[in-house]
Amino acid sequence: MRINLVARATPARAMLWASPLIAALCSAIGIAALFAMLGRDPVQALGILFVAPLSSGSGLAEIALKATPLLLCAIGIAIGCKAEVWNIGAEGQFTLGAIAGSGVALAFGGAGHWWVLPLMILAGIAGGAAWAAIPALLKTRFNAHEILTTLMLTYVATQLLGYLVTGPWRDPDGFGFPQTRQFEPDAMLPMLVPNTRLHIGALFALAAVGLAWLLLGRTLIGFQIRVVGAAPAAARYAGFSRHGIVWFCLLVSGGLAGLAGICEIAGPDGQLTPVISPGYGFAAIIVAFLGRLHPLGILFASLLMALLYIGGEGLQMTLQLPLAVTGVIQGMLLFFLLAADVFINFRVRVVRAPAQGAVRVA
Amino acid sequence: MHSALLLSVLVATLRAATPLLFAGFGELVTERSGVLNLGVEGMMLTGAALGFMGAASSGSILVGLLLAMVGGAALSLVFGVLTLSLMANQVATGLALTIFGVGFSALIGVSFQGVPLTGLSSVIWPSLAQAVPWLQQLMLIDPLVVAALLLPFAVQLFLYRSRAGLVLRAVGESHDVAHALGYSVLRIRYLAVVFGGAMSGLGGAYLSLAYTPMWTENMVAGRGWIALALVVFSTWQPLWLALGACLFGFVTIAQFQAEALGIDISPHLLAMLPYLITVLVLVLISRDRVRLKLRAPAALGRPFHATV
Repeated sequence: MRINLVARATPARAMLWASPLIAALCSAIGIAALFAMLGRDPVQALGILFVAPLSSGSGLAEIALKATPLLLCAIGIAIGCKAEVWNIGAEGQFTLGAIAGSGVALAFGGAGHWWVLPLMILAGIAGGAAWAAIPALLKTRFNAHEILTTLMLTYVATQLLGYLVTGPWRDPDGFGFPQTRQFEPDAMLPMLVPNTRLHIGALFALAAVGLAWLLLGRTLIGFQIRVVGAAPAAARYAGFSRHGIVWFCLLVSGGLAGLAGICEIAGPDGQLTPVISPGYGFAAIIVAFLGRLHPLGILFASLLMALLYIGGEGLQMTLQLPLAVTGVIQGMLLFFLLAADVFINFRVRVVRAPAQGAVRVA
Repeated sequence: MHSALLLSVLVATLRAATPLLFAGFGELVTERSGVLNLGVEGMMLTGAALGFMGAASSGSILVGLLLAMVGGAALSLVFGVLTLSLMANQVATGLALTIFGVGFSALIGVSFQGVPLTGLSSVIWPSLAQAVPWLQQLMLIDPLVVAALLLPFAVQLFLYRSRAGLVLRAVGESHDVAHALGYSVLRIRYLAVVFGGAMSGLGGAYLSLAYTPMWTENMVAGRGWIALALVVFSTWQPLWLALGACLFGFVTIAQFQAEALGIDISPHLLAMLPYLITVLVLVLISRDRVRLKLRAPAALGRPFHATV
């Protein structure tokens, strides 16, 4: 007996929606097995991971807070993926956005100017976009693959941040800790819900979802992005500029990641430190795929991923599990999703091997 | 005096190049079979963590190395099932493998942070610390460094002078033709992918068992990605890959040499160098589109689905 995969004539629409659910279910089983292997009660651990954060108002606010950078980064990554432009350096663009915006905050904050906060946000977007412009230039001008260049620039960005907070931008009154001054109140994002840490950056993220939906579904450039990704030859015949699309995708995703970066710093943190992200830029890649590269799907996926982060922190506090569990779960989720996606384009057929001596009839 | 400095630079360069050679040649063979595995970083980290755990628990470096290779191979097998049997997107699956490997290595290694371990050279030469400087340098060239230096020639011979190598290249250039000739495309690709995983695991274990004998989270620090870039730089030619790895070994140690020479630059800025030079090298090699296109395995990254 053999198991064959047979190509479907058209993708199965039902599987398109069922596959993330199947992946989530398989992951839950995998996670339970993981906890059992680590010697913890799986039911209790799953409860802490998935249920506890949802059962309090502050937990929900924390989820929305964590979902904000994931959502912003993932929307940009997804737009690129649609056109087969692989920006996997959102983490670096996030960092540069945070650096650029913080530069404005450190230079002009505290004097009570109304324009400080808007300028910080613009600087954040510009910083992220500028960092993504380097791979765009290298790709269009020199054919260098964006997967490697965006990633290499992420390491450079991390070192640049380390240099700034230990060198020129270090807080002189910070007892030698590698961090900048605390931002003045006029350089901090207003809170959205009182008594939580949820700031108005969440609204930017929601706006990005709406704009991305309009862009991809209702505009010419959105159409071009989809054609360049799905049928490069057709795009060439139609005269769509491949270079233009590469520039557009990288600048938009870089700008969104930069916005996420400055929102994270001007929101809950209020200062630059050597580590400003628990890997949002990388987790956002999973979010983009989990959300099927569709803005609405990404919104749900970012909330799920944020839930994993908060639940992971809960596991660390109550069960003393290392925070790295979150990364394992994220990777597992993406594995299962990629496996489940096969059944969108293929159906399974079990082939019985002919019995010994049986006569084959054509 | 000069010759002593020269020797120490040479040895340090070779040692820094060793993990890149292992991971790079694993990936080169994988890519020559037509499969792009972007999970090198994750497999190296898993190898580094498992290798350290194996060696620290059993007291034998050899056990650690074997465990690292098995671990890297196991992860690459997951990648193989997804991309070869289930025809998942190779880029996305490779990224997932890296994300998983980063988390997995941190999870299993958490109780081994700060555990002391005697490095490979000191195990082989217990008198290492008392030796005169030039002899000490020579002792640092451990068997793994030697193996890594022989690897380019072995892979060159395999690819261009053996029947199996010819079949592997055929599968990477045109899987349909290879299939029509009766070769099992999937079996050959599985073998190449698993070889790549084992080599990545070994490269990671070299870092945690010999280069800096300890385990810290994320200690591979992008070397997996640099190895991937080196394969492109080499235009899939073994001897060029060896040259590239040594060049990068030199750049990596240049930052330490600069510190030792008292050059007053922030270590953070010096640490950018390997990554910036990777980008530069990639640009130099990629601008010649025709050459890159001719040299790249024609079926690289394309899934194979036998209809007959």
